[in-house]
Amino acid sequence: MSDNVQKLVDLLPQLGEGILVTLQLTIAGAVLALIIAFGLGLGSRARTRWARVPSRVVVEFFRGTSLVVQIFWLYYVLPLPPFYVELDPLACGIIALGLNYGAYAAEVVRGSINSVPTGQWEAATALDLGGVHRLRRVILPQAWPLMMPMFTNLLIQLVKGSALAAYITLHDLNFFIGELRKGTTDTVFAYTVGLLLYFVFAYALTLLMNALEARAKHKVGQGPSLREVLRLTPARTAGTEVRS
Amino acid sequence: MPDNDTTPAIEFQGVGKRFGDNVVLDGLNFTVAKGDRVTLIGPSGSGKTTILRLLMTLEEANDGLILVDGKPYTHEIRGGKRVAIPEKRRSLVRRRVGMVFQQFNLFPNMSVLENIIEAPIHVLGIPKAQAVARAEDLLEKVGLADKRDARCTQLSGGQQQRVAIARALAMEPEILLLDEVTSALDPELVADVLGVLRNIAETTDITMLIVTHEMQFAREVSNRVLMFDGGKIIEEAHPETIFTSPENERTQEFLRAVL
Repeated sequence: MSDNVQKLVDLLPQLGEGILVTLQLTIAGAVLALIIAFGLGLGSRARTRWARVPSRVVVEFFRGTSLVVQIFWLYYVLPLPPFYVELDPLACGIIALGLNYGAYAAEVVRGSINSVPTGQWEAATALDLGGVHRLRRVILPQAWPLMMPMFTNLLIQLVKGSALAAYITLHDLNFFIGELRKGTTDTVFAYTVGLLLYFVFAYALTLLMNALEARAKHKVGQGPSLREVLRLTPARTAGTEVRS
Repeated sequence: MPDNDTTPAIEFQGVGKRFGDNVVLDGLNFTVAKGDRVTLIGPSGSGKTTILRLLMTLEEANDGLILVDGKPYTHEIRGGKRVAIPEKRRSLVRRRVGMVFQQFNLFPNMSVLENIIEAPIHVLGIPKAQAVARAEDLLEKVGLADKRDARCTQLSGGQQQRVAIARALAMEPEILLLDEVTSALDPELVADVLGVLRNIAETTDITMLIVTHEMQFAREVSNRVLMFDGGKIIEEAHPETIFTSPENERTQEFLRAVL
């Protein structure tokens, strides 16, 4: 056992690199997913079919295809004729994660906007607030706290999905676990450490997201302030809010 | 507006509205003079609220024309055909019409003050300092000067509704639509809201269309009552007349039930 721990300590620089790569995939993937989510989510609510139909098609396509296949497709197929596009493996990972989880999150954006009570739209119309202004100042600030718990779910899934990056040569957390197994030849130890590493990583993000959720809710006059929520429990009304 | 201006504030010409097979308004004609305070009464489903919602462009009429200040609002006749007026032109009329809702519909992501100044600044282009000063005057008027920076969710229903009234007035509307504004309030909070509205009726010349179940309020504030049934006006009179000696049998029945 002490050999294993010694090996783990020896491999700490690689662990650092792994965490960094996973962090890059997660953050860049999530930012891309968020942009795609708002683009497609708002697009699929548009009045003109020219925005709505393409948005729906893209959402359904990327939701309905496997993340593994998407990553391999970007990495192995794009460089082939007739595309000849050679992407950096990190870029492949980020784009695949962004597209896949962005498609899921687009549905969250769409659903949350639809969940803002009609009275809010009507009051904004009665004040003659135009379409974009109404969305930006009235509807989205209220839809945002509804999105947060579901975004947290997707972000955790995205972290775990990012483990696929090891199969396109990236030295991420998953790759490190493989190195640890080779180094220690102790499969049980390596993969148990692996489980814990991903758990800690995801849990840290969950705490961060819970804080953001509490802040978002507090801004629309619901629930306690951020300080009260820093007790590591999920925001009080998270579950019921989503369903209502 | 000059005193001799006889252009009606509002005119409905053969307005029809259907929801699927359900005919809510059927070839409705009526006019509201400037400065009139008109109460719409009638059983639920008789189309009163729909009239307000049409004037706020929250619903779209299926037939007929709605004129505000003598000009077509949502549709016009061009080349013998009824065509929709584009959003840009509607918007210019819409900002002269204000509405207060049954459920208040304050924006929970904004403070009381922010609720009131949002549209004056961004729609009317009033400088912020001026909008804030006006909002403070209005809050004073509705008795909530001390709630300027409160969150709407911290206010009682009656307070929220008074903020909603201030918010509508901040747009300096020529027409104010009141849609059952006391129906969602606890009984003890109704008086405050009605007091504020009575005050507005006495101190301004805003044209008001009121849908309410508060007959006493209708009697005090309005100078005309329209009784609706089945999407049509079945009786129309001065409040004193209609509440004391209604002619139509349906009106008599309705008033017996609500008074």
